[in-house]
Amino acid sequence: MELVIVIATVVAILAVAAGVLLVRRSDRGEVLEPPPGTTRPRQVGVRETAADELDGPEIEVVDPISVVLPPEIVITGPELTAEEEAANIAAAEAAELDGELEALLEQERPSFRDRLSRARSAFSGYVGSVLSRTGIDDESWDELEEALIRADVGMAPTQELLDAVRATVKERGITTSVELIEAVKDEMKARLAGPVSLARADSPPSIWLFVGVNGVGKTTTIGKVGRRLTDAGDTVVMAAGDTFRAAAAEQLETWADRCGAQLVRGTEGGDPSSVIFDAIASAAAKGADVVLADTAGRLHTKTNLMEELSKVRRVADKGDGTVTEVLLVLDATTGQNGLQQARQFTEATEVTGVVLTKLDGSAKGGIVFSIRSELGIPVKLVGLGEGAEDLVDFDAEQFVDALFDQN
Amino acid sequence: MFESLSDRFDGIFTRLRGKGRLSDADVDEVLREIRLALLEADVNLSVVKALQARIRERAIGEDLSRSLNPALQVKKIVLEELTETLGGETLRITYASKPPTVVLMAGLQGSGKTTNSAKLARWFKGQGRNPMLVGADLQRPAAVQQLRTLAAQIDVPVYSATDEVVASGSGDPVDVARGAVAEARRLGRDVLIVDTAGRLAIDAELMDQVRQISAEVSPDYTFLVVDAMTGQDAVGVAESFHATLELDGVILTKLDGDARGGAALSVKEVVGRPIAFASTGEKLEDFDLFHPDRLAGRILGEGDLATLIEKAEEAFEQDQAEEAAARLMGGTFTFEDFLDQMQALKKMGPLSGVMSMLPGVPKEVRDVEIDDRQIARVEGIIKSMTMAERVKPEIIDSSRRDRIAMGSGTSATDVTQLVNQFKQMRQMMQQMGGNKLAKRKAKKSKKGRKGGGRVTPKGPVQLDKKAFALPTLEEMEAQIPGRGGPGAGLGLPD
Repeated sequence: MELVIVIATVVAILAVAAGVLLVRRSDRGEVLEPPPGTTRPRQVGVRETAADELDGPEIEVVDPISVVLPPEIVITGPELTAEEEAANIAAAEAAELDGELEALLEQERPSFRDRLSRARSAFSGYVGSVLSRTGIDDESWDELEEALIRADVGMAPTQELLDAVRATVKERGITTSVELIEAVKDEMKARLAGPVSLARADSPPSIWLFVGVNGVGKTTTIGKVGRRLTDAGDTVVMAAGDTFRAAAAEQLETWADRCGAQLVRGTEGGDPSSVIFDAIASAAAKGADVVLADTAGRLHTKTNLMEELSKVRRVADKGDGTVTEVLLVLDATTGQNGLQQARQFTEATEVTGVVLTKLDGSAKGGIVFSIRSELGIPVKLVGLGEGAEDLVDFDAEQFVDALFDQN
Repeated sequence: MFESLSDRFDGIFTRLRGKGRLSDADVDEVLREIRLALLEADVNLSVVKALQARIRERAIGEDLSRSLNPALQVKKIVLEELTETLGGETLRITYASKPPTVVLMAGLQGSGKTTNSAKLARWFKGQGRNPMLVGADLQRPAAVQQLRTLAAQIDVPVYSATDEVVASGSGDPVDVARGAVAEARRLGRDVLIVDTAGRLAIDAELMDQVRQISAEVSPDYTFLVVDAMTGQDAVGVAESFHATLELDGVILTKLDGDARGGAALSVKEVVGRPIAFASTGEKLEDFDLFHPDRLAGRILGEGDLATLIEKAEEAFEQDQAEEAAARLMGGTFTFEDFLDQMQALKKMGPLSGVMSMLPGVPKEVRDVEIDDRQIARVEGIIKSMTMAERVKPEIIDSSRRDRIAMGSGTSATDVTQLVNQFKQMRQMMQQMGGNKLAKRKAKKSKKGRKGGGRVTPKGPVQLDKKAFALPTLEEMEAQIPGRGGPGAGLGLPD
């Protein structure tokens, strides 16, 4: 790559940034104080990145068994009443109870297709419109384009998809709208088909790392995967690698308890790499089959956090197990930004598959097309709800069929 | 990478230059580009259509014949239209005559309700109020605990399920809500912020539950919390929540990412309620009133100078940066400066993202895929230099060069290239700095200068170049001495 462009760019940005600051300062004509709050005292949960970065990890082996309590929470305002105190405990117990009740009330779970169909009405509205006309006209193509855009497939991939279908239509001499829809479906299915099995190491433990931006459902997904594995007879260790978010370890603990997996956690604000390394060590010692490693949600634009994630991956690789899956958890409601997320996370950790969550909602998750075609990353799992059972293998056929369902 | 609206317009308007009034067909072509830009930014398709219609009316009405830069004028129209749509009335919080003022937080799973409930509490405290938080999310494991931990950071009490209710085996959020208002009054809290569980807009049962919660607390303000990276689905979600709860405003979250944020535009257009707050980070203080003009520019990929300035202020050490800038313009910029400032630059996020925030960056420069790892390589080379070498790269002879190459795991050629290009760039920046001052003083068109001003019947137009305008690639090219020299084979891309 042109070195000079790199330099030119960096210099240009520096010039701008520095120049901008100069302009600002001269505008104000006074010595600028640092923005308020830059010298805050350290707060619980404030994220600071380790300065040691690339010089090899500093492993603090954390005792996995001891339950590390978060530091005493002091409320200096009006005191928590005994009521509220008990309420907190009670709520946690209630949540646990819910989990048990859920198991008891195990109904026959609707199929993947049924659940997706619930939300397909808008999309199928367009399709219905296309089908209501038996022939194919310009309007048919326009409506198909609209349907795909509304599914978050994205403008460019939509064009490309429809161009391919146009060629097929011509080739096969397709004239009816029903055949047209089938052709579109076929094209979509072909592009999405791929391996969905989660890779295992030759010798245990296998390590599956879960990454993604904030709020996508990483922890919940781990809960579901853990459940699936333990149901199949595997021994599972969960690593509470989210050491940043308040009560993240507690959240994962609930899931571990629900399926009988062991939980390894550290202190809040601690080093995620060491928690995960420790979990791997523990798993290896016990002969556990799979380590499910949670990480903190992070926006892919935060360079330091992405570097932290790269370090997590590197450290995990050095442990007594093999990282066989790095799963990018992606919210089905995400728009075109999903592709950029996938790019950056892949650059940092080599993503091997996508878990598409919240597909039981009205969002279609069309961004997975781009992720597949541009980055070659397949969707392996789909999340269809907040319960431990709400996880299915991705099925391109069903995914696309359900998208076009007419109910 | 995505194209900004400017990029898209570049092609069209070059052809249309000098045409005077745009024909309907021309306007249609322009509108198509606008449509593409907005869709790429995740603006909902229906909203895009509505906007297109409005922009069309205005564009046809405008007399673009007199415009020196019709592309700029149309862009202005689009920006104005977006800003208007996003803005309008700002939300004014009016406190209830009988406290507490109740705020209800609703939205999809993972949108950021819990974190932003705490942020809002902090904000209200800053306004001199006494807020209380309600943990009515009994669905997500440890949700209440999360709220309590956050609340502890800002000394705000949290109310959640009473043990009687829980003992009965049903932690009911509606009950929690009911008890909360009474408790708030008892404690003399004048603002109550109710965090609820995330729920799908199409989940009839849960939507009914939140309706019940709302009925219990009679909120003065109901906020829909929306993730800035939401795609086309935003409209359906917003409509559903609005129909169930009657929203008063929207809180837009995770704006510190690089999602263009078109969902905000869609929601505003469809629901008609103001975007009240913007959340720009994970810390509780990353929360402020919303700025419509900033988002408008961002949606169009037009560069968000205000945000760039903020990020730069955060990332760069002010004094250091000033000195570095002075040295840059003066031609005494060293590798050490370069290294220091590059570290700061890294804090601003991926280079491509930062680039997109710069207005006026030539497309050719922006289009080049800059892998941040390339930056790391450059860094590596510089780090292998001694301080003396960084300050005075002239002393780097072949043995030093080899040492540096070995130390950084690169080749001697790489090192030579870097040093030479750096020197050339430094010289160029110095000349550039000097030139610009001269230009401003002279107010004359320089011979052979590209991208210069137009001469109208009244004389040369005074160019409004800002202090930090970047040279075009052609200008840069023109300044590099001896392109066939040490930089041979490297030739700049077309």
